[in-house]
Amino acid sequence: MLEIKGLTAEIDGKEILKGIDLTIPQGEVHAVMGPNGAGKSTLSYVLSGREGYEVTGGTATFNGVDILAMEPEERAAAGIFLAFQYPVELPGVGNANFLRTALNSLRRARGEAELDAVQFLKQARAAVKKLAMSEDMLKRNVNVGFSGGEKKRNEILQMTMLAPKLALLDETDSGLDIDALRIVAEGVNASRGPDFSALVITHYQRLLDYIVPDHVHVLADGRIIRSGGPELAKELEAQGYAGIIGEAAEAA
Amino acid sequence: MPAVAETLETVRSVTGSTYKWGFETDLEMDLAPKGLNEDTIRLISDRKGEPEWLLAWRLKAFAMWQKMEEPHWAKPGYPVIDYQDIHYYAAPKKKGSGPKSLDEVDPELLRTYEKLGIPLKEQAILAGVEPGDEERLPMAVDAVFDSVSVATTFRSTLAKAGVIFCSISDAVREYPELVRQYLGSVVPAGDNFFAALNSAVFTDGSFVFIPKGVKCPMELSTYFRINAKNTGQFERTLIIAEDGASVSYLEGCTAPMRDENQLHAAVVELVAMDDAKIKYSTVQNWYPGDSEGRGGIYNFVTKRGACRGARSRISWTQVETGSAITWKYPSCILIGDGSVGEFYSVAVTNNHQMADTGTKMIHIGRNTNSTIIAKTISAGHSDSTYRGLVRMMPKAQNARNFTQCDSLLIGDQCGAHTVPYIESRNPSAKIEHEATTSKIAEDQLFYCRSRGLSQEDAVGLIVNGFCKDVLKELPMEFAVEAQKLLAISLEGSVG
Repeated sequence: MLEIKGLTAEIDGKEILKGIDLTIPQGEVHAVMGPNGAGKSTLSYVLSGREGYEVTGGTATFNGVDILAMEPEERAAAGIFLAFQYPVELPGVGNANFLRTALNSLRRARGEAELDAVQFLKQARAAVKKLAMSEDMLKRNVNVGFSGGEKKRNEILQMTMLAPKLALLDETDSGLDIDALRIVAEGVNASRGPDFSALVITHYQRLLDYIVPDHVHVLADGRIIRSGGPELAKELEAQGYAGIIGEAAEAA
Repeated sequence: MPAVAETLETVRSVTGSTYKWGFETDLEMDLAPKGLNEDTIRLISDRKGEPEWLLAWRLKAFAMWQKMEEPHWAKPGYPVIDYQDIHYYAAPKKKGSGPKSLDEVDPELLRTYEKLGIPLKEQAILAGVEPGDEERLPMAVDAVFDSVSVATTFRSTLAKAGVIFCSISDAVREYPELVRQYLGSVVPAGDNFFAALNSAVFTDGSFVFIPKGVKCPMELSTYFRINAKNTGQFERTLIIAEDGASVSYLEGCTAPMRDENQLHAAVVELVAMDDAKIKYSTVQNWYPGDSEGRGGIYNFVTKRGACRGARSRISWTQVETGSAITWKYPSCILIGDGSVGEFYSVAVTNNHQMADTGTKMIHIGRNTNSTIIAKTISAGHSDSTYRGLVRMMPKAQNARNFTQCDSLLIGDQCGAHTVPYIESRNPSAKIEHEATTSKIAEDQLFYCRSRGLSQEDAVGLIVNGFCKDVLKELPMEFAVEAQKLLAISLEGSVG
């Protein structure tokens, strides 16, 4: 279970998160929607430990453990995975090598035996097949020369292989055509289960047609201004952010 | 702590203590008195039982050296070297005399090489070959300890294939005509200050001769070890591949950690005749000095290959991680029509290390082709320069060169420089040059760490990716070693 209480954070002295309260119980998928500049990506970076995002107050725990004090790799070992909005290119680093290094780092950190090349390839091939990707993907250099859609699918491949307990999906739908969107959504849905929870960050309702969330939260100006069921996403789509934000302001 | 600052911290923490090869072997040594004069040269020549012509050659080189000035055009500056304060000959005392066989090698020396991971006992090496693996022959090793070769393995196995692999000292005694024909034919004694010094006082190195049409049946390698204090090591290596012959040769080198600088001034000459191929790989890991820049080896080396025959090919691959100062330009003289020269290099500098390295490709014959791929990684307060020359001579019709120089900077206290010289005297020649400079980006590190990689593993992975084009040129087992070495050179705690 992810529990965020009164979380505030800033970048270069500018406050972006102004007191986030959010709980994602084990096994649930929550969506966070909001306009540009609301702090959606900042939330995902703060939770995964990116440099330059300074927490100024509040707490965030995962299964009772304070994650804010952890290094990024320790958070990964605790089961947290961030699917990047802009996946990063690693020239000269083979995708399979990268995945195996990552997987074995996590296994080592958890006191599990490392996978040898044969065991790893078997798993990787199965994952590639399940996600309807080409095996070629494993041979190429990490994200180098990948199309936007391929980069996002590669994130989902990594998520499938690393089998996190909590996935943070940062605008995974941006730049995807409808077919790629479906493949990505199927990848996420295939991971769903009692031991998997996810925070799906998105700008549009479209993705939520494929990944149906248990709860939807609206983030605006660093605060969650409304929470509700999947129908909230539809309401947003109909009214636009301006309508919802206006309502929230009136209610306050 | 911000990720980049943390990388710097990790890199800074690299001190001599992570140099795993820095131990010293305690042996009774036969040392020449300090100082450089004709008597020193006579002593070396005498110890090695050399013929008169070679002593004369050495003395002539010494006469030239005395008139030469130490060059200071390379970027690295260094304190004045007192050439009279060095021992020019240091050899472990032999128990009795007679031919060297492995059984007679001092067990202390065998233990040293074991510790370095260099097996010298043929029986043990062969015992390690898995059943069904007979096709993959082990590597033959010439072990050079200070001024002498202490053992050369698999000599008799190689002799059956017609291959001569021995120390240059043995070659002088056993194959004097071959040595006389080729020694100094690629790098003349008066070529440059350090080549002249080497020609005067060279002590040991390897000799390889691959006769016509023979493909050398195993990888050959030489392992250079500097052990004795206040000594210089003057390696001399000569490799000849006759028509249609081919060989892959590797060299490795390490030294104990000491506060004083020590000089390694080598000369390596390669000769390739018609259709011959020589692949020369180096993993240079001399002691680099400590984090404050104290100690370390001055690696001032002249390496040159002559592609004399048509369609011959010489390929230099080097991974340079050690030495306080590296000054070396493995070069190819492409004489034969259609001959090919290649230079693949990774140079890593950290702390206060300095490297000025590159290559010269001299195109003389028609349709000659050269490729240069140089990767430079600088960290700490180090400074690295790629210096290269591509020269197309008037008769080099349709000659081609492709050069790519990439620099990767870690932190903001280091430097990287690219100094390419290009001269074309033939209008049909094509020359391409590409260069990039980059830093390890914060987003790359974060991406790796968010997948569970430690900071150090992430740097190692990114650096190895950066060097991939060069590392893939190394023989398989060497490539794995080199990858580990890169990680250790940059991080200190991985490996």
